[in-house]
Amino acid sequence: MLHAVVLIPLLPLFGAFTLAIFGRKIGEPKAGWFATLCVFGSFVATVVTYIGLLDSKGINRSFDENLFTWMNVGTFHVNVGFLADPLSLTMALFVTGVSALIHLYSIEYMHKDKDFPKFFMYLNLFVTSMLVLVLGSSLLMTFVGWEGVGVCSYFLISFWFERPSAASAGKKAMIVNRIADVGFILAMFLCVKSFGSLDYKVIFASTNLATKGTVTAIVLLAFLGAMGKSAQFPLFGWLADAMEGPTPVSALIHAATMVTAGVYLMVRLNPLLELSPDASHVIAIVGIITAFVAAAAGTSQDDIKKVLAYSTVSQLGYMFIGVGTGDYVGAIFLMVTHAFYKALLFLSSGSVIHGMNDEQNLKLMGALRKLMPVTAVAFFVGWMAIAGVPPFAGFWSKGDVLLHAFEESPILWFFGVATAGLTSYYMGREYSLAFLGDERWKYMASKKAKKKAKKFEISLDEHVPHPHDPTYKMLFPIQGLAVLAILGGVLNLPFASSLHILEHFLSPVIGSNIPHYKVASGTVQWVLGIVDAVVAVGGGFLAYRIWSKDAFNPNLEPEFLANAWYLDKSLDTVVAKSGTKVANFSATVIDPKIIDGTVRGIAVATLAVGRGFRKLASGFVRREALIIAGGTVALIIFAGIRGGW
Amino acid sequence: MTVSVGWYVGLGAILFSIGFVGVLIRRNVLIMLMCVELMLNASNLTLVSYARQLKDIGGQVDVFFVLVVAAAEVVVGLAIVVSIFRKRLNATADDISSLKG
Repeated sequence: MLHAVVLIPLLPLFGAFTLAIFGRKIGEPKAGWFATLCVFGSFVATVVTYIGLLDSKGINRSFDENLFTWMNVGTFHVNVGFLADPLSLTMALFVTGVSALIHLYSIEYMHKDKDFPKFFMYLNLFVTSMLVLVLGSSLLMTFVGWEGVGVCSYFLISFWFERPSAASAGKKAMIVNRIADVGFILAMFLCVKSFGSLDYKVIFASTNLATKGTVTAIVLLAFLGAMGKSAQFPLFGWLADAMEGPTPVSALIHAATMVTAGVYLMVRLNPLLELSPDASHVIAIVGIITAFVAAAAGTSQDDIKKVLAYSTVSQLGYMFIGVGTGDYVGAIFLMVTHAFYKALLFLSSGSVIHGMNDEQNLKLMGALRKLMPVTAVAFFVGWMAIAGVPPFAGFWSKGDVLLHAFEESPILWFFGVATAGLTSYYMGREYSLAFLGDERWKYMASKKAKKKAKKFEISLDEHVPHPHDPTYKMLFPIQGLAVLAILGGVLNLPFASSLHILEHFLSPVIGSNIPHYKVASGTVQWVLGIVDAVVAVGGGFLAYRIWSKDAFNPNLEPEFLANAWYLDKSLDTVVAKSGTKVANFSATVIDPKIIDGTVRGIAVATLAVGRGFRKLASGFVRREALIIAGGTVALIIFAGIRGGW
Repeated sequence: MTVSVGWYVGLGAILFSIGFVGVLIRRNVLIMLMCVELMLNASNLTLVSYARQLKDIGGQVDVFFVLVVAAAEVVVGLAIVVSIFRKRLNATADDISSLKG
């Protein structure tokens, strides 16, 4: 049963290849159903592997499937192999599960797109790469998946590449990730140097071979890679731009799965993190800065998907707080529940966008609750879950992370709770703007539609949106995820040790590194939980009071927050503009003057030397014979002197 | 009475010098070719003398190479000279300077 682990990434790969070759022939909607089936098959394979894994207990609960040796250089080997252990299977379960739902959703969402089969080919390829990432038995296999998801993310952000903004957003994601990947690569080099292997098991068995400084360097370099992939401060600008892709892509790649790869990598490396408290502190600090900065930016976005994008960044920040404070279980717990509720929120917003004829501006929506009742309820559930209102999933997972933040330092906890308040507030704002208040879209949209109708000479009625709930293909995933977002908390309830299901399951991987509570007794836990809940409800209620009445409060949407603290712009000025200057300088000065100059200089010098020597060739045989004779005599004399004549 | 090797080498040197001076001062191309041959044979003589003196067959082997090369050189050289004379009568070496750089 355990050998089914090979099928987990192979099934979507098979789907991707088939669609790449026969995609056009299979056509719509069969290509979509086929892709969904492949991912669902992968989910089944994961469940089978999971059941197989339950047979063994404790440390032995892991299975290495070595397929073949990839490279063999001296004492350094890399195998193409998969590691099925509690951590990778937890990841694989929710990745395949959420992916299957989102594939199903996409069949309707991408309806009538001219590249329908190509979209599913990319989605399947993405799932394959993501599974290689989580199941890989060595850092290098993980890196293969890491780059695979990166390239699929690029394809899918730029899926509608006719739009220049989508094309450049894809490039931005690619470039930012490439910069961060340098860290990952250097971390691998250091691992090979200190441990002689990239295999996780070998590395963790020989952690004593490296000095503390080396371990810190490895962790921080790997974290640099994670900062790019998981959009941490200051490298999160690309994720907001990535919303240019189709909404299912935002839900699957830029919320639920790919962006959590950085968190997965850090949790996977937990034996190294434990050896380096300094690196852990850096991770926690970057996490809290990201969480707070992104949540604040989320309060002032007008685009329905951009709010969710900044929210994702903020939640990833929380996960890194968990990683940095040693709460690896909490980070994974939050990752899984976040996958549920953030995918839910994105799919619901996709349903709104679909119903509104591709309108994404929150200010042009309003009062959709009656017209899209199921979507509204689903979005409400997502709001409650992400805000951390009990008993929704987010309350338990975020509470877990915040508890450990409190153990580490009350300041960390304070900012965490403040961010939780902001989270509830911006989600409340989004919900109120989209589903409550006035029907602003009627006026604005009709104005737009009149213009369009005049321009294209089509009937007006066609372009006034008629918001409605979608059909079952989009609704089923939304409903399924809503149930998971409500119940996700049961994975790891804090009340009794026997309820820590996820913690017990993950313990062979996290091992002795599960922290033990110091300060937080039962009472403190209760108090912290109540504070969380009060802040969540308070933030949400405040947003409801403000935004359901009036959609235009410029004071509450300051310019610098709408521009995400001008972080992107300053990076643009510092990095991109100066980079352009350097490029221009080398194009106008270094290349033509220095490089071309050197090459031309050599040519000119050669020519001059040639001209000089040309005079020697007189064409008179006798003179040349004399020169040869003179040369010979000179050589003989020279040899004679050297020979000590 | 044996003739010592010095005589042979001396003869070679004299022959070589005659050839050498001939190449440098004569303008007739045919004479110059003959002088070159003289120089080649002078060095052949030297090689044979030393080969005998040093009991090393290598010098004599070299002579064969020189002979073969000289034969080939004469064939090509004479052919060139003949074709030059066909084009212009009374050509001296100094008139044939079209290889001037």
